[in-house]
Amino acid sequence: MSCSCGSTCVDPKAQELQKVIEKYKNTKGAVIPVLHEAQEIYGYLPLQVQKTIAEGLDVSLAEIYGIVTFYTQFSIYPKGKYNIQLCLGTACYVKGAGQIYDRLKQELGLDKDGTTKDGLFSLESCRCIGACGLAPVMMINGEVYGRLVPDDIPGILQKYRDAE
Amino acid sequence: MSEMVTLTIDGKEVKAPIGSTVLEAARLAGIKIPTLCYLKDINEIGACRMCVVDVGARSLQASCVYPVSEGLKVITNSPEVREARRVTLELILSNHDKKCLSCVRSENCELQKLAKDLNVDDTHFEGASNHYEIDDLSPSIVRDPNKCILCRRCVSICKNVQTVSVIETNERGFNTIVSSPFNMALKDTPCVNCGQCIVACPVGALREKDNTDKVWEALANPELHVVVQTAPAVRVAIGEEFGFPIGTRCTGKMVAALKRLGFDKVFDTDTAADLTIMEEGTELIERIKNGGKLPLITSCSPGWIKFCEHNYPDLLEHLSSCKSPQNMFGAVLKSYYAEKMGIDPAKMFVVSVMPCTAKKFEVERPELASTGYPDVDVSITTREAARMIKEAGIDFVNLPDEQFDDPMGDASGAGVIFGATGGVMEAALRTVVDILTGKDNENIEYKAVRGVEGVKVAEVEVPGLTLRAAVAHGLGNARKLMDQVRAGEADYHFIEIMACPGGCVTGGGQPIQPSSVTNLIDLKAERAKAIYAEDESLTFRKSHKNEKMMRLYEEYFEKPGSHKAHELLHTHYVLRENYPEECCK
Ligand code: SF4
Ligand code: SF4
Ligand code: SF4
Ligand code: FES
Repeated sequence: MSCSCGSTCVDPKAQELQKVIEKYKNTKGAVIPVLHEAQEIYGYLPLQVQKTIAEGLDVSLAEIYGIVTFYTQFSIYPKGKYNIQLCLGTACYVKGAGQIYDRLKQELGLDKDGTTKDGLFSLESCRCIGACGLAPVMMINGEVYGRLVPDDIPGILQKYRDAE
Repeated sequence: MSEMVTLTIDGKEVKAPIGSTVLEAARLAGIKIPTLCYLKDINEIGACRMCVVDVGARSLQASCVYPVSEGLKVITNSPEVREARRVTLELILSNHDKKCLSCVRSENCELQKLAKDLNVDDTHFEGASNHYEIDDLSPSIVRDPNKCILCRRCVSICKNVQTVSVIETNERGFNTIVSSPFNMALKDTPCVNCGQCIVACPVGALREKDNTDKVWEALANPELHVVVQTAPAVRVAIGEEFGFPIGTRCTGKMVAALKRLGFDKVFDTDTAADLTIMEEGTELIERIKNGGKLPLITSCSPGWIKFCEHNYPDLLEHLSSCKSPQNMFGAVLKSYYAEKMGIDPAKMFVVSVMPCTAKKFEVERPELASTGYPDVDVSITTREAARMIKEAGIDFVNLPDEQFDDPMGDASGAGVIFGATGGVMEAALRTVVDILTGKDNENIEYKAVRGVEGVKVAEVEVPGLTLRAAVAHGLGNARKLMDQVRAGEADYHFIEIMACPGGCVTGGGQPIQPSSVTNLIDLKAERAKAIYAEDESLTFRKSHKNEKMMRLYEEYFEKPGSHKAHELLHTHYVLRENYPEECCK
C-alpha cells in the first residue's frame, strides 16, 4: 500500500495483500475472492485497501465499492469491540425491528450501520438470523436478545459499557 | 445479410435478423414498446422492466434483452402487460422526488412522459422514500439521487464508453443508490466532467452546475464590459431547444438572441480555433523538424486533458501546450482587445457558451489566467444559454439573423469544423500541408478523418514526409490509442482526441434528446452534417486565410509560437492522483 507521508513504514498486512493480488491477478472473477482474503487480513475493507485491490486487478474503485456494498459479508467499517447484529428481516420488521434500529442508532450516535467513534460498538443490520420465534431479535457478539422493545436498548448497552 | 427468423408480434408476421431483440423486431413492424433504461449499444441490461411483453412464457419478459426466435409469438399490448408496466412505473414514482415544476428536465423528461403515456394513477404514489444529499460540489456536474430512477444509463456510459468509471450502483435493495465510491463528492474522484452522464440520464437526476445567475448578475452591472463567445457546436444544436429539427444551423438567430440578452459584444470562438491551428500547427512542424516529442496530441478538449492527467501522467509531454480555443480567446480579449478598445481588463467579464460541461472545470484552473485575470469568467452550456433566452422572453424562432461583432468576428471554415470529431485534425492539415508544401492546396477536405468510427487514421504526403495522423473520440477510444502510444506502437505524428463520442456536437452541455430519438438516429452524424455545411458556406476555409486573425499576429503576437503567444496562448498540465488520500498517520 502506498503512502504519501514519505516514511518507510513496512506494513506486513499490505505485503500479505500484495501476495493475494499476485496470486489471483490473471484469473477471471478474481475480485470477490481477493476481497474475501483482504477482509480476513484487515477485518474490514477501508478505502486504501479497496484502492490497492482496484489498482492491482485493473478494475475501477467504483466497481470494487459497488461489489463490497452489495454483499452483506463485506464491511467497510472496522468492527467495534461489541458487534451488534440486528435482524431487519420480514418477521422482525413486522414486529417493530425498525423502531429498535432507530433507537440503537440514537443511543449509539450513528445515522446508519457503522462503528461508534470510541470503537466500542458496531451496528450491522442483517437479514434473518434464524431466531424468528424471538422477533424482533438482535445479537451482540453472539449473545441473543429477543422480543425487544425500544426501551430495552439503553439497559442492554449499559451492561457492556459497565463491563469496560 | 444475417439470417432471418419469422415471428408474430400482436398477430402481425415480422421478419427479423437472428440475434436481434423483440424490441428491435417490434420497431421493424412499427410497433412501439415503451422503454426507460434501454440505450442502444450502451445500456442493454433489462433493468427497469418497463418494456415487458408476453412471449408465452410463465412470466412477462423484458423485450429490450429478449432474443427473437423462429415462430415466437409476442403480445405487446394486453391488459396484463399494460398493468405490469403501470405497476413498475408507479413503484418508481413512489420513491421519486416529483417536483416537476422546478425540475430542469420538465417537458424533456422520459419519466414524466411515460407517466402521462401510461396513464398512471398517482394515488398509489405514497410509500417509503429515500432522502439523499445533493452533490453540487463539482464545478460541472450536479447529482441529485432523489430523482434517480436507477436505470444505470449514466453508469454504463461512464464505465463502458468513457472508461472513467467513477459512478456505480451501490448498496442493495431499498438502499440501492447510484453514487461514487464511499459516497465521495464527484469532485474528489477522477471524474473528467465530460457530462456524458447528463445527456444519458432520462430524468433530472444529473444536470450541469447552473451558472446563469452569475451571467445575469454581470449583465446587470453597468461597470462591466460583458462579452460572450460561442463555440462552433453550439450554433448547430441550440435550435433544438426551441423546436427546430436536429441539424438546423441557427448561427444568426443565436447571435441575435445573445445581443438581446444584453451582451456588449458577441464573438465567435471559431476565431480562436483558427488561432489554435496556427499555434498547434507551428508546434507540430517544429517538433517534426527538431525531433521533439511525437505524436503531438491535441489539447482543446478539457475532459480529455483531465483524463490524460489522471491516467497517462507519463505521457503529458505529448500534449500540445496550446490552451483550448475558449481560453485562448479569453486571453486575447483581456489583452489585445482590451488594449485596442481602451478597456480595463479588470472591468471586462468574459462569458463563453460551450457545448461542454468540462469547460466549467477548465475556467477554474488557476494557471489559466495569463493576464492576471481569469481568461474566461463564466462558462455556460448550450442548454443554459437557451434557458437564459427563454427566461428573457426572447422569441428565438422569429429572430432575424445577425452577425458576430468585429474586430474578432471572422472565422474560417477550419475553425467551424472544430465542433465535430476529426475537425481539429482536418483544420490543422489544411494549414500544415500548405506550409510544408509552400502552396495553396485546393484539395482541403480530408474525409478520412470525418465520420463516427471510434478511431480514424489518415496519411498525407508532403515533401520529404508521409504525415500520419490519428483521431479518437470518446475516452474509451482515446484509451486504446494512448495504450498504443505508451507501448511505443503508435507511429503517428499527430493525434486528435475529443472526450465526447462524436466530438463537441454531442458534448455533455448540448441539448438533450430523449432515448426515443437517440435509439433510432445517430445524433453525432446528424449534427456533424450541419457543421460541415457551415464550413462549405464560408469563403475562407483555411485558418491561415483568416485575415483578421493574421492581422492579430501582425499587430500583436508577431508570429505563431512567439514569446508573447506563449505567454498568452499556451499552458501546462499537472499530475493528478486518483482518489488522493490523507496520509496514513
Ligand atoms: S425528473 Fe422528470 S418526473 Fe422527476 S421531477 Fe423532474 S421532470 Fe418531474
Ligand atoms: S462527467 Fe463524465 S466522467 Fe464524470 S461521472 Fe459523468 S460520465 Fe463519468
Ligand atoms: S442518475 Fe440518471 S442515468 Fe444515472 S441511474 Fe439515475 S436516473 Fe439513470
Ligand atoms: S428493461 Fe427494457 S427498457 Fe428497461
